[in-house]
Amino acid sequence: MDFANFLIQLLNSLQYGLLLFMLAAGLTLIFGIMGVVNLAHGSFYMLGAYLAWALTAQFNSLTLAIVVGCVLALVFGWLLEWLLFRHFYKRDHLDQVLLTFGLIYIFEELRSILWGDDVHSVAVPEAVSQSIQLTENLSYPVYRLVVSGVCIALALGLYGLISKTRLGMKIRAGAFNREMAEALGINIRLIHGVVFALGVTLAAIAGMVAAPLSSVYPGMGSSVLIMCFVVVVIGGIGSVRGALVAALLVGLVDTFGKVLVPQIAGMAVYMLMAGVLLYKPEGLFKQ
Amino acid sequence: MTTRRLVLTRSAAVIGAASSGLLLPQIVRAQSDKVRVGFMLPYTGTFAQLGVAIENGFRMAINEQGGKLGGREIEYFKVDDESNPAKGIENANRLVQRDKVDVLVGTVHSGVQMGIHRVARESGVLNLIPNAGVHIATRAQCAPNVFRTSFSNSQPTLALGKAMVDRGHKKAVWITWNYAAGDEAFEGFEQSYTAAGGTIVKKLGLPFPNVEFQALLTEIASLKPDAVACFFAGGGAAKFLKDYAAAGLNKSIQLYGSGFLTEGVLEAAGDAANGVLTTMHYSDSLDTPRNKQFRLEYAKTFKLQPDVYAVQGYDTGLLLVKGANAVKGDLGNKKALYAAMEGATIDSPRGKWTMSKAHNPIQDMYLRKVENKENKVIGIAQKAVADSGAGCRMG
Repeated sequence: MDFANFLIQLLNSLQYGLLLFMLAAGLTLIFGIMGVVNLAHGSFYMLGAYLAWALTAQFNSLTLAIVVGCVLALVFGWLLEWLLFRHFYKRDHLDQVLLTFGLIYIFEELRSILWGDDVHSVAVPEAVSQSIQLTENLSYPVYRLVVSGVCIALALGLYGLISKTRLGMKIRAGAFNREMAEALGINIRLIHGVVFALGVTLAAIAGMVAAPLSSVYPGMGSSVLIMCFVVVVIGGIGSVRGALVAALLVGLVDTFGKVLVPQIAGMAVYMLMAGVLLYKPEGLFKQ
Repeated sequence: MTTRRLVLTRSAAVIGAASSGLLLPQIVRAQSDKVRVGFMLPYTGTFAQLGVAIENGFRMAINEQGGKLGGREIEYFKVDDESNPAKGIENANRLVQRDKVDVLVGTVHSGVQMGIHRVARESGVLNLIPNAGVHIATRAQCAPNVFRTSFSNSQPTLALGKAMVDRGHKKAVWITWNYAAGDEAFEGFEQSYTAAGGTIVKKLGLPFPNVEFQALLTEIASLKPDAVACFFAGGGAAKFLKDYAAAGLNKSIQLYGSGFLTEGVLEAAGDAANGVLTTMHYSDSLDTPRNKQFRLEYAKTFKLQPDVYAVQGYDTGLLLVKGANAVKGDLGNKKALYAAMEGATIDSPRGKWTMSKAHNPIQDMYLRKVENKENKVIGIAQKAVADSGAGCRMG
């Protein structure tokens, strides 16, 4: 591998890592603040991707589809929290796992009824559909850079929201000590609704921006879900900063593992996880 | 529904036998009863459409015989296998033990097939495989009562090597998912490509069903081979085709693949698939009177365009018809039934094919090029391709 290729692979791993972060951030937020293990998180990614496909066909514009999709995801997340999840915060983790595992099947079936079982593709927006020539025979799609840009912007936004705003302060307070926060007059139910809707929306956005790259197909949620959990576990359950570091790390190991040691490509990420857990049983950034 | 009808007919039979004071000999009873055909196919999930296409094709072949097998009426039973390997044995047993089927038609997923295979070997029920290409079913664990009408996983790629070298592509990179079907496809490719004088520069893989190809595409660009050969199917295939084109590799490095790369995904892949060369035992655009007649009839009956899976289902029906006609509907006469099926020549929409000793089709493989969202046949890549059947000893 020469230096130019090394740099391109670095870019690949960064881009993959950032997308993973978008997904894992929602999962770790929901767990860290409400203590809910949400196995259905991958389904939100899938629903996002299908929304992008269906809405793009409707509006003829991916940007508009993503904006509308975000609003729908927020409403959907809010409703889901209100109808189902809020009744499960105090329940055993096993109950939560059963609920969210059931939801996976329900969302798959809904998807099948609404949109069928076909594989679909979403066109990359005209303005960013070209590729940049990197080496003599390899070009890099501009859209991949756009996706990375969106992920970075959202990561910064999330950081700002949690550490710099009043709402963020309330969220942190609620996560740290629920009773005390309530005693201080913070409407914790509202906060939970907001956080859950936010987590769902993050996953849906990841699905929507990834749709043109990954194509849209049944079961796409379950494959990312496992990676998501790996990221959350490595980063430390509940830590958004940990999720970012872990996602980038997983991106690196996965990318270079595939290229340098293809025989164990499937295991590389899990070996990383096992290694981290051996020395830091609670993940890199303990809450 | 089925069970209630079953109870009714059975009680009627018992009453009838009692009132006439006669107990009919077993063989006569079997003759006068309906043939019991069980479908164990995916009717939900990713492969749902494949299951429906196979059943449609099968029924079409039977309906061409007036809906009968060797003169006997048919009763159908259906089980949705959900493409879930964990329930393979249980579902197969439902058809074999509860419904007492004479023939079990199934399935698509290779993992589920292994469950059916175990039940078929233990019970001796006739099993017709309309898709799953898992090697072992017609190799080390072949069985007299198990017949495949589709392909073995290495068959399409067995025809790939020579076609590539003939085009001057002597250095190739292989890429697939690291799982059984990918490994078996590689076996066919490795054998045919090295035999034709080609060199495999590197074998790349990623875990199934991972679709993050970017790192591997970068690696391919730096290796600069003459060609890339691959095995992907379904949603992952569409994504691979698009990523390959987006990386600009389609301009300088010819892409080849097992035909499943471009089946059912051309709409999704769009222009990215143009120019890709694949080998397979069928193509929708196959320009023969037999295929055109089949496609017309199928479209008329089911209001759907047939695909390779419909053809495989149809051929499964044709094979069973050949066997049943030879024994005049007495499927209990297993020796004669199997002998007739082994010796049959199937006049399929894909072209005529015969059964190998290990019960896998010996068939022509077509070389196909993607043009305008269609797999255009540009010739026969290799005639009469047979799976090795290594390790098969019919007991």
